[in-house]
Amino acid sequence: MALEMRDRARRRSPRLEAGSEPVSRARHLYVHLPFCARRCGYCDFVTVVGRRGRHAAYVDALLRELELERGLLADEVETVFLGGGTPTFTALSELVRLLEALPRADEVTVEANPETVTPALARTLREAGVTRVSLGAQTFRPELLRVLERVAGPDDVRRAVHHLRDAGFDNISLDLVYGIPGQSPSDLEADLGDALALAPEHLSCYELEAKPGTRFTHAWGAELARQADAMEDYFERVVARLTGAGYRWYETANFCREDAQGRDLRARHNLAYWLGRDYLGLGIGAVSTIENRRWRNTPRLGRYLEALAAGRAPEREVEQLDADVRARERLMLGLRLDEPLPLAGIEHALDPAGLARIERLGLAERAGAALALTTRGRFLGGAVTAELLA
Amino acid sequence: MDQAKIRNFSIVAHIDHGKSTLADRILELTEAVSAREMREQLLDTMELERERGITIKAQAVRVAWKGYELNLIDTPGHVDFTYEVSRSLQACEGALLVVDAAQGIEAQTLANAYLAIENGLEIVPVVNKIDLPQADPDGASVEVADLLGDDPARVLRISAKTGVGVEEVLDAVVERVPAPAGDPDAPPRALVFDSSYDQYRGVVAFVRVVDGAFSTRDALRTMATGTRFDAEELGFFSPTMTPVDSLSAGEVGYVVTGLKDVSRLRVGDTITSVARPAAEPLPGYKDVKPMVFAGLYPTDSDDYPELRDALEKLKLNDAALVYEPETSQALGFGFRCGFLGLLHMEIVRERLEREFDLDLLVTAPNVAYRVLERGAGWREVHNPAEFPREVEEVEEPYVRASIIVPKEHVGAVMELNNERRGTFGALEYLSPERVHLTYELPLAEIVLDYFDQLKSRTRGYASFDYDLAGFKPGNLVRVDVLVAGDPVDALSLIVHRDFAYERGRLLVEKLREEIPRQLFDVAIQAAIGSRVIARETVKARRKDVLAKCYGGDITRKRKLLEKQKAGKKRMKQVGMVEVPQEAFLAVLNIGQGGRS
Repeated sequence: MALEMRDRARRRSPRLEAGSEPVSRARHLYVHLPFCARRCGYCDFVTVVGRRGRHAAYVDALLRELELERGLLADEVETVFLGGGTPTFTALSELVRLLEALPRADEVTVEANPETVTPALARTLREAGVTRVSLGAQTFRPELLRVLERVAGPDDVRRAVHHLRDAGFDNISLDLVYGIPGQSPSDLEADLGDALALAPEHLSCYELEAKPGTRFTHAWGAELARQADAMEDYFERVVARLTGAGYRWYETANFCREDAQGRDLRARHNLAYWLGRDYLGLGIGAVSTIENRRWRNTPRLGRYLEALAAGRAPEREVEQLDADVRARERLMLGLRLDEPLPLAGIEHALDPAGLARIERLGLAERAGAALALTTRGRFLGGAVTAELLA
Repeated sequence: MDQAKIRNFSIVAHIDHGKSTLADRILELTEAVSAREMREQLLDTMELERERGITIKAQAVRVAWKGYELNLIDTPGHVDFTYEVSRSLQACEGALLVVDAAQGIEAQTLANAYLAIENGLEIVPVVNKIDLPQADPDGASVEVADLLGDDPARVLRISAKTGVGVEEVLDAVVERVPAPAGDPDAPPRALVFDSSYDQYRGVVAFVRVVDGAFSTRDALRTMATGTRFDAEELGFFSPTMTPVDSLSAGEVGYVVTGLKDVSRLRVGDTITSVARPAAEPLPGYKDVKPMVFAGLYPTDSDDYPELRDALEKLKLNDAALVYEPETSQALGFGFRCGFLGLLHMEIVRERLEREFDLDLLVTAPNVAYRVLERGAGWREVHNPAEFPREVEEVEEPYVRASIIVPKEHVGAVMELNNERRGTFGALEYLSPERVHLTYELPLAEIVLDYFDQLKSRTRGYASFDYDLAGFKPGNLVRVDVLVAGDPVDALSLIVHRDFAYERGRLLVEKLREEIPRQLFDVAIQAAIGSRVIARETVKARRKDVLAKCYGGDITRKRKLLEKQKAGKKRMKQVGMVEVPQEAFLAVLNIGQGGRS
């Protein structure tokens, strides 16, 4: 009798069914557009230089992959994010065809390189339903842009912002990079000032990473290591300057304006990652995480196009995520945010001795059933998380 | 065998001067081993010995030559085993003194030659490697002859490698080395000159019968330690174990004792029979005491039981190794081990790592100290952490050091020895180019990096040997290291008061480099008692974040943090501070440092 009951219960609850098909459906969609005019020395993303002739085929493949995976997406998609590469380098007609075929969403973000933003592009994106543009400004110092091998000049960034404003965009994000070889504290302050002058709704500020195997690391790695001490306080400077200008330091590397109309200007798509939500990724190298599975599509354009042309899903690297791993990730991601992290369900991912040490050092505080890092704790977020992980 | 037809001899030489090759040639020539059985350096049994080119355990091989029975007794070749060497020599009447024709006399040659002379041995000088292009047989012969007060013409010139002159060596052994004396009718006495442990047969003693005779199944007893056992088997090496019914005066062989622990049958002891005991033991027995101590800790504390088992097994075969459990607040559970010297320590460490597959952390070595505390007697201290902060008197072990060096480096050697609290003894010219220096030095001054310093300051030309010269008073203090206010026992050191400030400063500087920046400021202090003599600060980290983390790289970022966490686990937690294991070796690296 009892056995029968359990069987019935299992049938009723699809969550318990082994493997086959995830039940909860993703409300967040990432689409990777890998094409770039050229590869920047410091970049280690999946990018494809040139190959203009493949843009249409690639968009076809994306749409076919979307079709194949439609069942994984919720009926109501909250956010869509087009990342790259340089999405705005994609042939405009193809970009529009893609945008129009993607599900509607409250937030649709497109990454853009400043030099690609023309009034026509801005208008077209707006008309195609894009609500938010993230501009890779990096720095406003021409000599530092050269170190990064960026094509755009400082004026390209300003011009791009104005074109986007003219087209009606009221949610623009700028990416800045600090810790560039040769960047002085006054260079950094000037960059922050120049960025603030454009009054973006959102800012992402990243410390430049010397990623292994990149041309940049080869050329500048030793110099970066040498400057590490001198640049130690740059992160503090960034946070002080931006919060001083009324921005909210809502994630380790992300800031948003407090909006007069009461809009929440945090990047909703990225927020989904930090809150540990499921997401579907399309395109080469794109990652999806749904329930206990994470997979990464092949980074090889040819293989990807070939598979989808034949109606097959592309080759994927699959990682099984057990509850424990997801809990650890919740901890790691959640502690990047300024809001306290609710500990319910992830207690076992915490090392109690580590937590005690971190609290004793004044790096974190418990607020009821949630854990919040102090300001200093946030500056040391990586080490604090490592300490807290069981 | 007629006692008059027996010759017992050994070979003494500096490392690499060709002792093992000569032994191999002798075995080949006397057909003790067939060419097929022959493998190079047959006498060196242990893998480690072969690799390091040194011999740890002596063995004796019996060969026949022109109607004579020759027993070749192999001796360990290093200063740490001087006592074992001296016992092996005592089992002989003669010794081949082998000198490299290109290198000439080295400090070890001298030490061993003197040891052989002290034991009353007939020395047969041999210049080896005459086939080498850079060989100077004439120069080397003169040096050796001068040393022995002998005629250079009597120095044999050979190439053990090609076999030239080896027959003459055997003839010289027969002619020049006296037959064993000893009374074949007296109560039996045999000298134990080495022992070995066999897991099936127990302890096997290598013996030289001096008086009387021993037979299989005799009830026997050692005269110094009083251990009783039966002679389960008697025999000799040819070079495989060959059983015989009896061993009599003048002969060299082995006794299978069935004992389960080598420490019960010590080298230098005398074996006699229970039925007809000798009145007096043979002279010269010493209870060898370790002089150099270090803490051995498993890198992974879970391996503690494996380390304990491994030490037990090693101890079966190495009576000189002593150890006792020790707990360090910084390093956890481990053992304080005592060694005869640095080489012995190195050999034990390597055997533990190689034969038992253990990852070890070895603390900086220190010497044995004798301390007198107010209201208490003298006691010996083997660990700086146990060294009292207030002492009435302290004594430390000294060595007589013997250094041979080309004359242009004499100044550098003298300077080094002065820095190391050395007292000049003598200077003599071995040849117009080469000088022999003797010094008295505290053992503590040579246990860290003396040998490296000597080599580097003489561009590798110096050779060095020492023997212990007893305890002498020293003006010594204990320097403690505090990390974030907590004393770290494993980093304490004993140092001469004059050097305390400098050593303390160097140590905290080194630690500042070794201890990674933490989430808070970490003070590193060196202190004598409650007085801080040096201080450094490891500044707190100001930022440690993963720059960005989005959907595409969550797995990689998670793994980074998990790796960071695993790295923390490998560090030793001292209070709130994570100290990498390398930091504990910082004491080693500063050595007597800064003065170089």
